[in-house]
Amino acid sequence: MQLPVARGPLSSGVIDLLAGREVATTEALVQLVRELPDDIDLLTDDDFHLALWVMYELHYAGFEDVEPDLEWDPDLIRLRREMEALFEAELRRRAEPHVSSTMAAAGDLAQRLFDLTATFEGPSVARFVHREASLEQFLELMVHRSIYHLKESDPHNWVIPRITGRPKAALVELQYDEFGGGRPERLHATMFGDSLEGCGLDREYGAYVDQVPGYTLASNNAMSLLGLHRRLRGAAMGHLGAFEATSSIPCRKYAGGVRRLGLPEVVAAYFDEHIEADAVHEQLAFRDICAGLVTSGQAEEEDVVLGVTICLLMDVVVGERMLADWQAGRSTLLGGTSPRPTTAPVEAVAS
Amino acid sequence: MRLVRSKTPEPVSYGREDVEVIPCPDGPLLVRGADAVRDEAGELHPTTRPVVAVCACDKSQRMPWCDGTHKVVRRKP
Repeated sequence: MQLPVARGPLSSGVIDLLAGREVATTEALVQLVRELPDDIDLLTDDDFHLALWVMYELHYAGFEDVEPDLEWDPDLIRLRREMEALFEAELRRRAEPHVSSTMAAAGDLAQRLFDLTATFEGPSVARFVHREASLEQFLELMVHRSIYHLKESDPHNWVIPRITGRPKAALVELQYDEFGGGRPERLHATMFGDSLEGCGLDREYGAYVDQVPGYTLASNNAMSLLGLHRRLRGAAMGHLGAFEATSSIPCRKYAGGVRRLGLPEVVAAYFDEHIEADAVHEQLAFRDICAGLVTSGQAEEEDVVLGVTICLLMDVVVGERMLADWQAGRSTLLGGTSPRPTTAPVEAVAS
Repeated sequence: MRLVRSKTPEPVSYGREDVEVIPCPDGPLLVRGADAVRDEAGELHPTTRPVVAVCACDKSQRMPWCDGTHKVVRRKP
């Protein structure tokens, strides 16, 4: 992947540093973070989240022509920590009412986590896609999703060496399914790539980073934040549980939307797979992993609930903005463009 | 409420002896280590997942597998 195009002083500073052009020192960038205006939205800001996403990406696939060892560059890590502190504080602030009410509720933890995901207020992108999205709008959704789903499940893997016993076995069991059960063509990230290709879109990892707004990068950054800090392992697993528990029924709607739009079956296959897979995963995640971590003393209940809430909160942040744009007849992508398929989705035309 | 239907699909495994069936409260049956599940009509539904969720509410649209529909069916208090 190439380094993306900067969106402001922070991302420009980070991208320059990675490209070996020290236009601003990390010290100056740390200062810039400390002096960020109070009114920037830390869950959606384009410049902030592109800068953070680029730094996180060093821990995943990295970038062409960027020195791999910069992953552990102490100055960059210091800058990242300054940004993470602000992002985490904002996530905690926004999550707090939900965390408190779930902590105060009576009953089995797994059931309270299911209840929290079932009752969290927010718009349904899945319902919109099922019933009314145009082909262009569906392609936009795929572009947004490509940022995460081409590395689907990777951020939650960081937790494996940090837990033990039943929760570890359940996490690995869940991830084994996510990673295709030994069959590379069944890797969920690969199935998503097939699905992109079926839409006539580019399946290359990171191909659409320059087109997605800050909120999409922020929802990805939230996963990396939780995954990369052992301190936040309970929250990372709460996030995983909420992700799985808000997947089966929406995926059925997405699959319905795909078929309504007449796209090839390979596009629907990805969503079909998640209807069944995630009905299993949500049980494993909330019962064996999340509740298991708390009862075995490996994580605090509050952290687990925080992670669940962060996932649900970011879904609302993303969903509200996408639907507002679509309902106003605007594109959700930067520059207001719709993704242009590299190839025509042939079967769609035929049907 | 009935957590498990009177005729629960029966897990079938080829050679493994450690098939586990775990009922989830208000949810599906988790079946770990099965190669297939035999439904009420005797039909075999093969699987390659390490653990599968078998519908226990009778409302799934992908029988015998759970598709999350139990969550939209009102739970009894």
